[in-house]
Amino acid sequence: MTTTTQPRVPTGASRATAPAPSASGLRARRAAKRRQLTAGVLMTPFFALLVTVFLIPVGTAVYLSFFSDDQPGLGFGPERQVFVGLRSYAAVLTDPTFLGGLGTVALYCLIYIPLMVVGALALALLLDSGVVRLRAFAQLGLFLPHAVPGIIAALIWLYLYTPGISPVIELFAQADITIDFLGVHTVVPSIVNIALWSNLGYNMVVFYAALQAVPREVIEASVVDGAGPVRTALQVKTPLVRASIVMVAIFTLIWALQLFTEPMLLNQSSPMVSSRFSPSMYIYDAAFTRNNYSLAAAASVVLLVCTIALSYGVTRFTSRADSEEAR
Amino acid sequence: MSATDSSLLRPRLLGRATVNVVVAISVLYTLLPVLWLVLASTKTRDALFSSDLLSLSDFSFVQNLQDLFAMDGGLYGRWYVNSLLYAVVGAAVGALVSVACGYAFDKYRFRHKEKLFGLVLAAVMVPQTVLALPLYLMASEAGLVNTFWAVFIPVLFNPFGVYLGRIFARGYVPDEVLEAARVDGAGELTTYARVALRMLGPGLITVFLFQLTAIWNNFFLPMVMLSDQDLYPVSLGLYQWNSAASVSPEYYPVVIMGSLLAVLPLILAFVLLQRFWRSGLTAGAVK
Repeated sequence: MTTTTQPRVPTGASRATAPAPSASGLRARRAAKRRQLTAGVLMTPFFALLVTVFLIPVGTAVYLSFFSDDQPGLGFGPERQVFVGLRSYAAVLTDPTFLGGLGTVALYCLIYIPLMVVGALALALLLDSGVVRLRAFAQLGLFLPHAVPGIIAALIWLYLYTPGISPVIELFAQADITIDFLGVHTVVPSIVNIALWSNLGYNMVVFYAALQAVPREVIEASVVDGAGPVRTALQVKTPLVRASIVMVAIFTLIWALQLFTEPMLLNQSSPMVSSRFSPSMYIYDAAFTRNNYSLAAAASVVLLVCTIALSYGVTRFTSRADSEEAR
Repeated sequence: MSATDSSLLRPRLLGRATVNVVVAISVLYTLLPVLWLVLASTKTRDALFSSDLLSLSDFSFVQNLQDLFAMDGGLYGRWYVNSLLYAVVGAAVGALVSVACGYAFDKYRFRHKEKLFGLVLAAVMVPQTVLALPLYLMASEAGLVNTFWAVFIPVLFNPFGVYLGRIFARGYVPDEVLEAARVDGAGELTTYARVALRMLGPGLITVFLFQLTAIWNNFFLPMVMLSDQDLYPVSLGLYQWNSAASVSPEYYPVVIMGSLLAVLPLILAFVLLQRFWRSGLTAGAVK
């Protein structure tokens, strides 16, 4: 397990696969071989990385989840790795703190993803309608939080949630409303807000770019047919940017399932955010606080399977909807 | 929905106003927290806690700045340099590696091509947290834990950059150009370095920018790999100082000032390279 792993690709790639016509002979075959070699050279650095920082780690995680450090006898003698089968998985899946974390992330996704997709799309449609003044400024303003690192976005909002520092809480207090942003029922929406603030503008720009690519004739045709601007936006433009909507939804989902940075920071200041608040925090806690590698690995694999299953589900669901529409 | 088309003028005007109000509120939502950060960075610790943001009586921007770079023996400056090294060098090398691979995917034929590309796309999906523990164990076996390389090498890996690289190669580098170069007798690698890479320029910058953002934001990996404060990036350093602030509040103003400075490089990069990343977003989203 060192960094000098031999990448497998170039050997596979350097095997000639292009059919070399025998008539034109040696030269063509040599050229084909040279191209294979070039492809190999160009791809080797990336696939070396893919093997060392992706394939081997994933394999290791799966391996670790089936083994455990057991101390023989009375704790004397060297530690050895013992095959424990599904014991770690059973431990993870019956651990209420892990299940609680999964539940928290599920709730977070249910609030965050619809808000994000609908909000970003709505803003993009509004900006695309041609009615908005200072459009370039509005876009830049909305995009700005994307340049703020996640941990700093969390810091800013943490201060805006903290009584005594926050002008927001002050403002509410003047209207005689006491609000605790980090209470039992508010902490998940508060985290959703941080993520929404960070990514809304970015996804808006993605949608806006897709909307710009919609042919003008299509929109003109719908206006001629007597559709108002709202109808044009919802029934003509929106279906045409479906591919971007799916893409944003999947990326948002993948990121949401990894929820870590924001709760990790809030964990320092709010008792409502435990150190095993989300599955990612559970993994960190298991691996580096409790040093239980097999438990952490099993939790990682569970999270990985959830991510793949959900992304696959979203893709399947939308492609089926697509084919139904095509009929 | 269908009521909008009937009567003409008044609803249109009303609609216009509503649209502008909604957009304006959204812009305030995204801008005000940043404005708060700017205002808060000018406050002394006491003024920060009195929530009196707009008074200029306790203006201490310069003082906060000096405190920031003096705190804990000038650690912040080190973190900043580290972050720049991880992010700028990492993104530059990473973008070159990814785009070269994406280019090869588009321009050459080889066995199992689409399967390999599927593997690349699958890698986009895998959470960082899943890889962190194995990477830590591998790094500790190789004696790399708590070194620059433990953070630098994994961040070079950018499968999404390969995906973008393939799209850009298809869009920007016509196959005829390669054929022409072959007829002229230029070697394949020479053609890539001299001709194709230049045409891929905007795409390369887009991938660079995406990766720059990702590495600058990176928090989980450094937290796992590093224990030596001198190797921290800004994100991890500020996290640490923020946890110290609950015990010793003199850290609050420096955390705020440090956050403000940490936002600047990315804003600068986005503004300077605006032309390129906009086209990159379109390529990534539409196709």
